[in-house]
Amino acid sequence: MSRLPEGIGARLAVATVLLTLLLAGSVVIGLMVGSQHVQFSELFRDSVSRDLFFRIRLPRVTMALLTGASLAVVGAALQALFRNPLADPYTLGVSGGGALGASIAIALGWTARVGGVPLLFAGSFAGALLSVVLVRAMARAGMFVMQGALLLSGVVVNLVCSAAVLTIQYVVDPNSALQILRWILGSLDVIGFGTIWRMAVLLLPAWVAILAMSRQLHLLAIDQDTAATLGVNVRRAETAVHLLSSLMVGVTVAVGGAIGFVGLIVPHAVRLMFGEDLRIVLPGSLLLGGAFLVLADALARTVLPSGELPVGAITGLLGGPAFLWLLRRRQQYAVM
Amino acid sequence: MPLMTVRDLRFTYRGGSAPAVRGIVLEVVERSMTALIGANGSGKSTLIRLLAGLLTPESGTIELEAKPLHHWDPRARARRIAYVPQNMAVAFPFPAIDVVLSGRTPHLNAFRLEGAGDRAKAMEALETVGAAHLATRYVTALSGGERQMVMLARALAQEPSLLLLDEPSAALDLKHRAALIRTLVRLRAERSVSVVMVTHDLQLTSAAFDRIVALRCGEISAEGSPDEVLQRQKLAEIYSDPGVQALRVGSQTVIWTEL
Repeated sequence: MSRLPEGIGARLAVATVLLTLLLAGSVVIGLMVGSQHVQFSELFRDSVSRDLFFRIRLPRVTMALLTGASLAVVGAALQALFRNPLADPYTLGVSGGGALGASIAIALGWTARVGGVPLLFAGSFAGALLSVVLVRAMARAGMFVMQGALLLSGVVVNLVCSAAVLTIQYVVDPNSALQILRWILGSLDVIGFGTIWRMAVLLLPAWVAILAMSRQLHLLAIDQDTAATLGVNVRRAETAVHLLSSLMVGVTVAVGGAIGFVGLIVPHAVRLMFGEDLRIVLPGSLLLGGAFLVLADALARTVLPSGELPVGAITGLLGGPAFLWLLRRRQQYAVM
Repeated sequence: MPLMTVRDLRFTYRGGSAPAVRGIVLEVVERSMTALIGANGSGKSTLIRLLAGLLTPESGTIELEAKPLHHWDPRARARRIAYVPQNMAVAFPFPAIDVVLSGRTPHLNAFRLEGAGDRAKAMEALETVGAAHLATRYVTALSGGERQMVMLARALAQEPSLLLLDEPSAALDLKHRAALIRTLVRLRAERSVSVVMVTHDLQLTSAAFDRIVALRCGEISAEGSPDEVLQRQKLAEIYSDPGVQALRVGSQTVIWTEL
């Protein structure tokens, strides 16, 4: 941190430029690697590789970017709101709730779209929102949120949701069961841009809305009472973060399944690089989250000589140890 | 004109059987220093949180500059009132200067970031409380007393006309408690800041504050100048302890109780 400029404005500019470059680099890598190595020059000559590129590779990288950015920025926002460095959509059960909501929607055969928005998204959003409200209510004691209880109820909600998803998977028809399996593994497989557009229409406004709350979340991360006396409407901010988080997690989970720990690793990496200020951590998490999942997915596609790993396995293998490392570092954090 | 006027204030916590405060009538005039005293659970912290706008009264009114507190735009209000909580459990290792800088928020437009002028004001606030050396330290690594100085500096960075403090001296040693009171006296003299402070520090308060308000079971049981309130009889009543003794020594009143 000592080599960074002192003013927040300059620090934000440095972080934005560096992380945008990193994102651009990882997108290029993500577009190139995979079971078929893409040479950009070939795209002009060969229609088969052009088809592969535009129908499979580009949508998949876009999907990874949207999902990673959303999960990371939600993680950063939840950590600030709950003042808990170990909070993330996965540890708080929000992803689990979203997966359950989506599974129920599939089991009920909700394949329709309302106003272009798939009902699947609605089911996933509702599940995510219910989870975050439930976990929050469980951890609340009067005016305070008990940090231990917060994480414990998050874990329990996640376990119950996974069990429920498994149960549904066993009772529904094999076709739906296969679809539900996605939420257990987490996958970014997507063909064409139809789904991507439908995600982007919901995610991009949510990104703008959560970034617009950067200052409020910065004040809330420092202290709730002082934030309130500095002009933050705490209850309104809480409601907004709950809704926006559930929307982003719901939409990404509905398509890609519960991909764990992105919201935990990425915000902390941004903190290590650029400090604690949420006005940097939030946009930084958005950019680095996109880059991280694009790279993790590129790894998932290439690490095995034949076939591919689910990207959730990669983030889980990286995220678990990161969680434990953060837990060990808790002396630096006053509350857990 | 009084800075703040409180009339017939009453507040009950959700699920609470009795009101935490009731029938509170209070006037805070400009450039005044008021101490709120009383036994544990007497309603001091509730009252100061009501004055800070953190709790909404059940009935009664709080007016700031003759306008109801809840009618104020939150940012405009934050430029007038600053609140220092009893303690602040910071979960993330923010550098102290960042915490102090957050006090500049009410002076910034919605999407503006703090500039060099704000940093200068934040440093000045840290210097005022004698904590400039803590600027780059992580708040999570500070002692309770050091953190309290940082929180006070954060409140000063707001440049308020009314400073509300909830037991700011609880974690401070004698030297820093005295320094805190001297700082408050100086702020009143130099910047016309009024102070309302919840405290158990009767002795230092007696020399510096012009008014003491004593709470007992949520009601004001005594008020007046330190000399009027810090008397054996009244203190025995405030603290429900017949053994309390008070003795004037120089400019301060020493208070103790028989064991």
